[in-house]
Amino acid sequence: MTRYVLRRLLAMPLLLLGVATLAFLLGNLVKGDPLSSILNERQMNNPALVEAAKAKWGLDEPIPERYLTYIGNLLQGDLGVSFRTKRPVMRDLMERLPATLELVVSAMLVGCLFGVALGVVAAHWRNGPADHGARLFALIGSSLPVFWSGLIALFVFSVELSWLPGPGRIDASLPPPQSITGFYTIDSLITGDWPALRSALLHLLMPSVILGWTVLGVISRMVRANMLDVLQQDYITTARAKGAAVLRVLLRHALRNALVPTITIIGFAFAYLITGAVLTETVFSWPGIGSYAVAAARALDHPAIIGVTILGAVAFLLANLAADIAYVFANPRISLT
Amino acid sequence: MTAIDSPIPRTRWWRHLLTPAALGLLVILFWVVTALTVQFWPLDPPLEMVARRLQPPSAEHWLGTDALGRDVLSRTLHGAQYSIPIAVLVVAVAAIGGGLLGALAGYLGGWVSALVMRLVDITLAFPPILLAMAVAASLGPGLENAAIAMVIVWWPIYARLVRAQVLEVREREHVEAAVASGAGPTRVLLVHVLPLCGTPVLVNASMDFGQVVLLAASLSFIGLGASPPTPEWGAMVSDGAKHFYHWWVAFGPGAAIFIVVLGFNFVGDGLRDLLDPRTD
Repeated sequence: MTRYVLRRLLAMPLLLLGVATLAFLLGNLVKGDPLSSILNERQMNNPALVEAAKAKWGLDEPIPERYLTYIGNLLQGDLGVSFRTKRPVMRDLMERLPATLELVVSAMLVGCLFGVALGVVAAHWRNGPADHGARLFALIGSSLPVFWSGLIALFVFSVELSWLPGPGRIDASLPPPQSITGFYTIDSLITGDWPALRSALLHLLMPSVILGWTVLGVISRMVRANMLDVLQQDYITTARAKGAAVLRVLLRHALRNALVPTITIIGFAFAYLITGAVLTETVFSWPGIGSYAVAAARALDHPAIIGVTILGAVAFLLANLAADIAYVFANPRISLT
Repeated sequence: MTAIDSPIPRTRWWRHLLTPAALGLLVILFWVVTALTVQFWPLDPPLEMVARRLQPPSAEHWLGTDALGRDVLSRTLHGAQYSIPIAVLVVAVAAIGGGLLGALAGYLGGWVSALVMRLVDITLAFPPILLAMAVAASLGPGLENAAIAMVIVWWPIYARLVRAQVLEVREREHVEAAVASGAGPTRVLLVHVLPLCGTPVLVNASMDFGQVVLLAASLSFIGLGASPPTPEWGAMVSDGAKHFYHWWVAFGPGAAIFIVVLGFNFVGDGLRDLLDPRTD
């Protein structure tokens, strides 16, 4: 067990080097002139300006040299300077990370809560109307393009019904809570800023439901399958024979064991959530990394695109590693060698 | 995947085909036929008519008109010409290319296997959309480049799948017999091993179509795929987002994406039920 974890950890640096290399190649073997992302057409016609810009952005060096510089800088946590914002990419990303984490975590909560509930319901009334209904609901979620369902939800709940606030993290009229963790909900809770907390929660509701709905299916499918496995086992029959209430058997006896294999799916769900977050943030003007990535891609801001891609891969790898490790520890019978 | 070998009771097989999966197949069939024939339909040509711009849905324009006065329903139907072929192309190239690389890795082993599998590991380490965005941005915006980007995202799944299959099939007795009777490595791989790896690839591919449609539309929505005059669904939704209060501009193309992906997911779900004994 420990050996497996150690081996996974030892493989990480090499994998990360591969990730950084591929990302670097994508950012530097660019078709077309990267300078056209920095200079406008008139400036491009001025040789002196072009030379100066090349020297400034390190574009006059040969690729291998640029690569070594990039990896060296990366080891010091430096992702270069964005063509678009003219600020260090790392600083941009760190500023925007809490917004994305807050959205992804609350979407994960929505997905897990409803996914587990639907999975249990589906397993209990297996092949009945509730089972089919749960499956349809989950399939709809994984088929909805979030960049469209987000727009529709905004139009219906914010414009037509005025039940929920529009895009953004907090009402424009409110000052954001004092930054401690960067999570608006937690920060406003710590500082006791109730209007800000209310506004932040309301703003969070629509994007997290839209985003959480997309991962609900993978979770509920997994929970259902595992519940069906567990419900056939002898100890469940024993519990029922002893007269334990239906709900108690389902939740205390069965769900506990059914959740263990479900942990692995969290890493997978995380991949879904990152994908969805990029688009959800764009629709909801959420000032996170996803909307930053889209703005960077639209402006062909290569340093920023590479930076986001590397950060995303690191987060993705860590989530998968954490899920694997949690799985091994949660179920000692499994030995992954 | 051992379930493939187990006999499936006939009644259950039919019951699954007659429910959502069949509906999904019908939906897919509709869109495939639309993609192939829409140019011959007596539709309102997707021309600009500034006089009737941004009109809400009516008897004449069921899904309204966009900012340039083009009929949204007509454009949405034309959109099938882009999304459906791209999904087929991306899945086919990824499955064949990735599958062959995986087969080589599994059959030859050694450094080939090490190289291919490290590439697979590295590619799969990226969240799909970010890698697709990085590739598309590097190649420059455009539908073809978005398709290339998606192939780069998708091939490793098939490489891994086919490699595992080849490793297993390679050990079977009929392969041993073929080697013993003097068949060369190419012949063994192509004739005796690869044909037995097809089923899981097909199953996986059928489940991937919907995801590819979604990612392609997403890339276009971001601005890295089809560019404005093209009636591609993602690009149309992006256009609709600019006219937020005229909700119908985005509604039609978005609904088309949703329906197509739901259709593919219904089919994929049915297939999974058929093949995974645990879910039923």
